Amino acid sequence: MTARRLRRRVVSTLMTGLVGVLSFLAVLALVLILGNLIAKGASSLDWSFFTRNPVPAGEAGGGVANAIVGTVIVVGLAALIGLPVGIGTGLYLAEYGSGRLGWIVRFVADVLNGTPSIVVGIFAWTWLVKPMGHFSAFAGSVALAVLMIPMLARTTEEMVRLVPHSLREAALALGYPRWRTSLRVVARTALAGIVTGSLVGIARIAGETAPLLFTALGNLNFSTSVTQPMQTLSLQIYTYATGPFAEWHRLAWAAALVLMGLVLLLSLAARWAVRSRHGAPPAPPAPPAR
Amino acid sequence: MAPPPPPPPPPLADARLRLETVRLTALYGRRAVVKDVSILFPGHTVTALIGPSGCGKTTFLRCLNRMHELSEGGWTTGRVLLDGEDIYEPGVDPVRLRRRIGMVFQRPTPFPTMSVYDNVAAGLRVNGGRSRGDLDAAVERALQQAALWDEVRDRLRHSALGLSGGQQQRLCIARALAPEPEVLLLDEPTASLDPSGTQRIEELCHELKTRYTIVIVTHNLQQAARVSDYTAFFYLGELIEVGHTEAVFTKPAKEQTEAYITGRFG
Repeated sequence: MTARRLRRRVVSTLMTGLVGVLSFLAVLALVLILGNLIAKGASSLDWSFFTRNPVPAGEAGGGVANAIVGTVIVVGLAALIGLPVGIGTGLYLAEYGSGRLGWIVRFVADVLNGTPSIVVGIFAWTWLVKPMGHFSAFAGSVALAVLMIPMLARTTEEMVRLVPHSLREAALALGYPRWRTSLRVVARTALAGIVTGSLVGIARIAGETAPLLFTALGNLNFSTSVTQPMQTLSLQIYTYATGPFAEWHRLAWAAALVLMGLVLLLSLAARWAVRSRHGAPPAPPAPPAR
Repeated sequence: MAPPPPPPPPPLADARLRLETVRLTALYGRRAVVKDVSILFPGHTVTALIGPSGCGKTTFLRCLNRMHELSEGGWTTGRVLLDGEDIYEPGVDPVRLRRRIGMVFQRPTPFPTMSVYDNVAAGLRVNGGRSRGDLDAAVERALQQAALWDEVRDRLRHSALGLSGGQQQRLCIARALAPEPEVLLLDEPTASLDPSGTQRIEELCHELKTRYTIVIVTHNLQQAARVSDYTAFFYLGELIEVGHTEAVFTKPAKEQTEAYITGRFG
């Protein structure tokens, strides 16, 4: 009896230790990345970094104002396109998606969710950049929206499904039409979860580089025209980090730190959105790594 | 030996007929869970539906406001007459019908994103076309009727989730009463409440029957005896016996009824 208990205790301790070490490794990766970024990038963060545009190669100084503004525009436009479509699809799947059509939409969303982002970039190049004759921020936003939609659709569906069936019945028994039940009661109850999913989705696409390479392209100058090529932080990092100049490398580290901070901020906002409402469903699972 | 058909409940001389089912059968796919039930609910009375779990009481109740057909595979045959008109006629809009027949469920179901006030007003707003003052008055009236007004008058704008379980259930009753339905269906409304919450709801039944026709499903036989004028005993989807509550409990006509109310099964 005591031997068995001892064995149980030993196994329990070993397993607890094992999962502890594994989770430490997972956290370690994030700590190392963030620490490295701060160590190499923080010193370059000054006022001019945020307010000035890049200077010609070889010159010292300059900033990434154009990339910061560009990121906000490209990601913002992508959210504008992606949020309604993704959330709408998720609502449809949760409320009416039990039939064959729902199965097909769900399957397509899952496939699209697993599609490498560079493939989506090529797709946007073929259908938007080529016909338009030039690279544009708009094409980049569309590519990012396409990445965002399946993620949002599935998250929204999960969140809406978490709403207890009894609430739906209560609304229907009160004489609510079905569409009104979906919008006024079910979607509203799932709102905190949907907002969280949206913020996590935006955070995901904010760091994308591959789909922007042949769409938004990048731009050394300040531009706010969505029909023209536009710089984003991720593209700036790519250009600077692969370039030959030490000054560029320095700026790439700083830009990476800013981008990381932006994503972190969105994640924190997502957490806050969940916590600020009681009775809210749990946070959605993190999207799969691409 | 085939049992003789159940005798119809003795009609009350002064009660106007409100609700009646005629050979109502409710099915899930091909499985009938309510079988050929004919029953009368006289106006301004409380009728309790009793019987062991899974005997079809709740499904029967859900047929009365056409909620059963929303369940996967749910459909019905037979007729349900409300003031003499069949609610299953093709021309009847179930959404509008449900505004005439209120329902309260086993567990409290306040809308979590809405305030106390908005919860009660929900059924009124869906009808549209009411002024602010009308709405205020109707909300207060419904809360008064549900004996909740004094407890929530100071926190109408607070979340409905801040109320206790018993208060939430009375809130759901107020929400069902606000659109002034003709019939009130209660599906084990005290199943998740403590004794004092249960008592308040039972007292409510007595007060509310002056305005509404009430059908209540209950597992609690004492509750059925306390609140109802008529009692209907269901077993395996069939209506075994229906009659004045006192008669059903003191000298039941059927042996099955007697066995159930004396606790020999179920």
